[in-house]
Amino acid sequence: MEFEDISPKLVMLLYGLVGFVVVVGGLLLLLDTVPAFFGRRRERRLVAIAAGDIPAPTRRPRKPREFGYALFFLFPVLVLLAIGLVVPAIRTTLLSFMNGDSSEFVGFDNYNWMFTNDDAVKVLLNSLLWVVLVPTVATSVGLIYAVLVDKARLEAVAKSLIFLPMAISFVGASIIWRFVYAYRSEEQDQIGLLNQIVVWFGGTPKQWLLDSPLNTLLLIVVMVWIQAGFAMVILSAAIKAIPADIVEAARLDGVTAWQMFWRVTMPSIRPALIVVIVAITVATMKIFDIVRTMTNGNYDTNVIALEMYNQSFRYQQTGQGSALAVFLFVLVIPIVIFQIRNLRKQREG
Amino acid sequence: MATVTYSKATRIYAGTERPAVDHLDLEIGDGEFLVLVGPSGCGKSTSLRMLAGLEDVDEGSIYIDSRDVTHLPPKARDIAMVFQNYALYPHMTVYENMAFALKLRKTPKSEIDRRVKEAAALLQLEEYLGRKPKALSGGQRQRVAMGRAIVREPQVFLMDEPLSNLDAKLRVQTRTQIATLQAKLGITTVYVTHDQVEAMTMGHRVAVLLDGVLQQVDTPRELYDKPGNVFVAGFIGSPAMNIKTVPLTEQGAVFAEMIVPLGREQVAAAQANGGDGKITVGFRPEDCDLVGATEGGLPVVVELVEDLGSDANVYGHAALDGGSERFVVRTDRRTMPNMGDTVFVKPRTDHYHAFHAATGQRL
Repeated sequence: MEFEDISPKLVMLLYGLVGFVVVVGGLLLLLDTVPAFFGRRRERRLVAIAAGDIPAPTRRPRKPREFGYALFFLFPVLVLLAIGLVVPAIRTTLLSFMNGDSSEFVGFDNYNWMFTNDDAVKVLLNSLLWVVLVPTVATSVGLIYAVLVDKARLEAVAKSLIFLPMAISFVGASIIWRFVYAYRSEEQDQIGLLNQIVVWFGGTPKQWLLDSPLNTLLLIVVMVWIQAGFAMVILSAAIKAIPADIVEAARLDGVTAWQMFWRVTMPSIRPALIVVIVAITVATMKIFDIVRTMTNGNYDTNVIALEMYNQSFRYQQTGQGSALAVFLFVLVIPIVIFQIRNLRKQREG
Repeated sequence: MATVTYSKATRIYAGTERPAVDHLDLEIGDGEFLVLVGPSGCGKSTSLRMLAGLEDVDEGSIYIDSRDVTHLPPKARDIAMVFQNYALYPHMTVYENMAFALKLRKTPKSEIDRRVKEAAALLQLEEYLGRKPKALSGGQRQRVAMGRAIVREPQVFLMDEPLSNLDAKLRVQTRTQIATLQAKLGITTVYVTHDQVEAMTMGHRVAVLLDGVLQQVDTPRELYDKPGNVFVAGFIGSPAMNIKTVPLTEQGAVFAEMIVPLGREQVAAAQANGGDGKITVGFRPEDCDLVGATEGGLPVVVELVEDLGSDANVYGHAALDGGSERFVVRTDRRTMPNMGDTVFVKPRTDHYHAFHAATGQRL
């Protein structure tokens, strides 16, 4: 390879590096020197006041100064937030009221499409199924596992086994599970675990991901597999945080194992339970990777986030894609508000 | 109403050599208030938890009345326990906390209501019945924990340092409340504390434990007047007894310039079993007088004076048998010395405690 061939790329790389150093270094320098400058000025002033050179300030000019400081430190964050979050949100909302190539306003047409078009409604229903099933099943599985494994031998090993899927990317997990569901015709050896099991029991192998609604359920299994570990870890920590003497008091009061779970354990871990359910719900609403990797939304498995992507970037229907995005955003807001209020209540309580 | 009997009850934690509780033999009478006391790690809490069923009994047995409860689960023992941190259910109101055990036993609602209201009245908790524990003060929580035990109407109350989380004033107040309550209800009570003042003021009898071994069990008065061994002598009483090991002669113990007269039998016992010509004698701080320089007292250099208002504790060191020994004397306020003074201490030779120098047993 000749140097001339790659030199433009190297030059670009150099530009990038210089740009990085200038921007980041500049910011760091600014953050260091500006407060120091103010500090020194303030110090000189105090010294001057102490020496009696200038009169001590009669009223306190600190309030505006502090506001200035705050603004200075907030500025980079506010700019980044505006560029990365606020402007796109407003733009997306605007686009959702426009046609496919964003050339004219169409009012609520896109939203109308979303709730009347058969395919779009199917997408919404699928998403609903996800949001109902994943948090409940993943949390239940995580909770049951956490309770069963608590204080058992090899607890650490058992816990890391179920927690490991958390470390795998959604795409990686999807690829693994595509192998589990893989299909070969009856004459061939099965390479998919599920079909092999079916064959062992004398059944005929099946193309699992083709039939709706079973295929959506099979995709949901992947998400549950990933999220149950998360639920388990948080809930297990919450269970361990229950004071030992409360458990002992309950034993003296005469609870059975069942009553211990429902009357003592469950109420005690309620805050953690809410955190887990909310976190999984939000993650599930935004689910994209699993569906995209495993079926690409075909065979009636599509969900909101993937359809939003398809409409916007594959079919160039920016308006419809934006409408879906706005709808998703509106759905998440109440959950986030609930979560914040819940956290605040905990902090006060 | 019931008696409690520990019969050679032993608890050995997995992975340890020494038992946490070593062959404990203890009989607690019906309606008695027995206090288990000792330093940290002496096995007093473990003994209580063995009775509660929260701790296994590795050897021996425990009886409530004549019923062997050694291997029964906690709920089958008909006991109620008050925990150090109260262990109230945070998600239940005061009423629900107290009613919980009864509800589990399917007691009729009206009966539960009657008992909870009664207990609440007894403990002045009526206005807090609808509150959650976190909205209560420490003293109120403590009373709820008591109430939760009372409504059960158990055969035995167990209390594990229930006052240690209260401030000093409330602790003294609650101490008398618990003692009064126990006398009123007449329920057999086992009470664990590390505070010997609590032990002495509350217990009908006090059991002193050290390293899992029962040292002595007796009434507070007997424990104070006739401690069974050196440990009990040093543990009970505040400030602690002055305990010194000194040479032994035919006439008695040689204490500085003085002779502490001993009976012939005491001298003989002291010399047996490797006494090695030594004896351990003890004087309580209040059993010493400050005397004039010429009256033959032991010179003590004062290091600290605690003025208690009514009287004063004088702490200092004295040369004794070539070593420097610590001394405490309780003195009248009028004769209170200053720091750095040398005072002359003369123990009252009729109020001494003598122990075997090697075994520590009372002579």
